[in-house]
Amino acid sequence: MIVKRPELSWTERLYLPAIWNGIKVTLRHFLRRKVTMQYPEQRWVVPEGYRGAPYLVRDTEGHTKCVSCQLCEFVCPPKAIRIVPPGPDGPPADRPNAEKMPLEFEINMLRCIFCGFCQEVCPEEAIFLMKDYSLTGTRREEMIYNKEKLLALGGSHQGRIQKWTFKLEEAREQEVFPVKT
Amino acid sequence: MAITSSPTDPAKVSPADVLTVTVNGRPITVPRTQPDWEGRMVPTTMIQACEAAGVTVPHYCYHPRLPVAGNCRMCLVEYGVPALGPDRQPLRNPDGSLIINKSPRPAIACATPVSAGMAIYTDTPNVRAMREGVLEFLLINHPLDCPICDQAGECKLQEYSLEYGQAASRFVETKVHKPKAVDLGPRIMLDDERCILCTRCIRFTRDVVKDDALGIVNRGSYNTIAAYPGRQFDNNYTLNTVDICPVGALTSKDFRFKMRVWFLKETKSVCTSCARGCNTLIGSRENVIYRLTPRDNPEVNQSWMCDFGRLNYKWIGREDRLREVRARGSGNTGWTGALGEIARRLRAAPQGCVALIASARLTNEELYLLGLLARHLGAMTDSIPRTGDFDHILVQADKNPNSAGARLLGLAAEPMGSRLPAIADGIRAGAIRTLLVFGEDVTSRGVNADLLARLETLVVSDVLPNPTTAAAHFLLPGCAAAEKRGSFTNFQGRVQRFPKAVEPPGDARPEAEFLADLVTAVTGQKWPTSIEGLFNHMASSVPAFAGLTWAALGDLGRSVAT
Ligand code: SF4
Ligand code: SF4
Ligand code: SF4
Ligand code: SF4
Ligand code: FES
Repeated sequence: MIVKRPELSWTERLYLPAIWNGIKVTLRHFLRRKVTMQYPEQRWVVPEGYRGAPYLVRDTEGHTKCVSCQLCEFVCPPKAIRIVPPGPDGPPADRPNAEKMPLEFEINMLRCIFCGFCQEVCPEEAIFLMKDYSLTGTRREEMIYNKEKLLALGGSHQGRIQKWTFKLEEAREQEVFPVKT
Repeated sequence: MAITSSPTDPAKVSPADVLTVTVNGRPITVPRTQPDWEGRMVPTTMIQACEAAGVTVPHYCYHPRLPVAGNCRMCLVEYGVPALGPDRQPLRNPDGSLIINKSPRPAIACATPVSAGMAIYTDTPNVRAMREGVLEFLLINHPLDCPICDQAGECKLQEYSLEYGQAASRFVETKVHKPKAVDLGPRIMLDDERCILCTRCIRFTRDVVKDDALGIVNRGSYNTIAAYPGRQFDNNYTLNTVDICPVGALTSKDFRFKMRVWFLKETKSVCTSCARGCNTLIGSRENVIYRLTPRDNPEVNQSWMCDFGRLNYKWIGREDRLREVRARGSGNTGWTGALGEIARRLRAAPQGCVALIASARLTNEELYLLGLLARHLGAMTDSIPRTGDFDHILVQADKNPNSAGARLLGLAAEPMGSRLPAIADGIRAGAIRTLLVFGEDVTSRGVNADLLARLETLVVSDVLPNPTTAAAHFLLPGCAAAEKRGSFTNFQGRVQRFPKAVEPPGDARPEAEFLADLVTAVTGQKWPTSIEGLFNHMASSVPAFAGLTWAALGDLGRSVAT
């Protein structure tokens, strides 16, 4: 196909009207209200339900909520989560009765796609996608967040349901079998 | 666990020995009697007939290798029997089909024998309602423990809850709480809250192991599994109760909280801890072995394995595993260099100057290659006996997994180990100048370090370091059975093959692989390098294995005459 080169009229060949039109656009934007955000000094306020980085949370008494069930590790589509279970000799859980918690819990934030599956699958309400969206680091290893860091970033969760504490109290009240703590 | 209905040869069954029943309207012919857990012939039950018809009946307490208890009620089905006329002959519909009198009450399929013409229904709304009801009762006191329960993922309660459970509990009373994390014995942890009181564990230890250690104490909702007061649940078969416990009540202390079962890759394998060769499944994830569980084989181990064999896997991942080829006093390094140098020395060795000690823990294929090498070199060969405790259930006194193979392939003396003194004398006298040791520490068997130091060439292949490997001129790192393919011949003469479950560490290579290279280099004749090729070659040239092929071994193995 041959595209014919358009014949320019003499006003067009002058170029001055085109330059003037361009300057008009620039001037219009120059005089308008500014929308540029001074990032990172200024930050965007994310809406409710935003899916940012997943972090681990503690319960209201400061205990690790995660019981190392590894469902999030299983469901995570890009395999960003890696959990080291405590094994038979590992340290017991923070909370009496919950029996176990992870020895190590890593999320590779470079892999995470912020899908929220981990939060959805967690039977213990122990992992939540928070509002952090700007994760930076200078090395790849820095972007693998370990248990300590995830718990520090996650803070505490004000959930009302304290399943393990409730079960322990219920068992104590029954006084049928001795309750270990 | 799958129900195994015993195989009946159709040719040998006379019409009087079989009867026809219908399962959900489909006629199926089953034998009148079948062997029970002890092998006694007992009437075929409805659950077996359903299994033969390809219909699985949900069950908890029934186990084909245990006495029937009939206490969980999960297997309830509806059934009917043919209506009889005054002449005691079955009445028929105009189209010739039997008129069925449906029983007003359901029956437990695991304990009800079938009769001729019986109709069994497992898919009616009533049956579904019964299963839902039974499950709801089983769950009233059950804790919400799945996130911390090792059984999750292979739990019958979870599975049937998915099919017959209700999303919300109707139970408004307080759940009965029972002891948790009870130390039942050295290898078993019990969570009484999760127990559904099926009594499989009790029946197993009482009837199969003959160690009446477990029982139910307390009454009603407080029913609790416990060991006899003041006693530990400690025999060599306790961990089988963990496998047969349909829920997470009995858990293995070794596997406790180690890995969720859905991550485990299960590889069919064979236990190497004694001459029985129990069929196993190796559960591994990312090259780490987490557990061994028994695999059903009616000819060898039924559904069980001993605790020792089950826990004897940890050495496979040991840090000090041999992982580098060593060729002392020669510039050659790596596999090619070391094998080339060994082949050169073996070719130069005069007949009768070489001796070979081959472990009976090597596979048939490896022993076959070693046998070829020994015959080519005129070498004196032997294996090392290894004996220990035995019982009358599974454990054999012979602790080598392949003693029968070593005998059949002509490597072991009769009795095994009786040529070792002659080999030691040969080295002392200087007649034997080259020694090949595969998979054994000979220093504790009469060929001590002083004798080894006299040798011109000492070639050692092993998986873990020991005094013999320390003295080796050529050290060839080998593989554990879980890291290679091959076959063993058990004490019954059953040839059982196993695939590879995990990768070997470092430079270690399967023995059969490098032996095939070595034998080819020494004899100048080409030998197959694949395990299939080697096995089939062996079967065609060793009379004892005649007629076998690698493919025909299948998952359960084949018997040869020993
Ligand atoms: S948000 Fe999605 S990708 Fe990220 S850790 Fe959770 S499951 Fe994995
Ligand atoms: S965060 Fe939740 S889902 Fe993940 S292991 Fe812990 S308890 Fe399980
Ligand atoms: S026994 Fe089964 S249903 Fe009960 S807590 Fe364990 S996995 Fe869940
Ligand atoms: S511990 Fe397990 S096998 Fe034993 S009775 Fe309870 S549920 Fe059954
Ligand atoms: S399986 Fe029949 S009653 Fe338990």
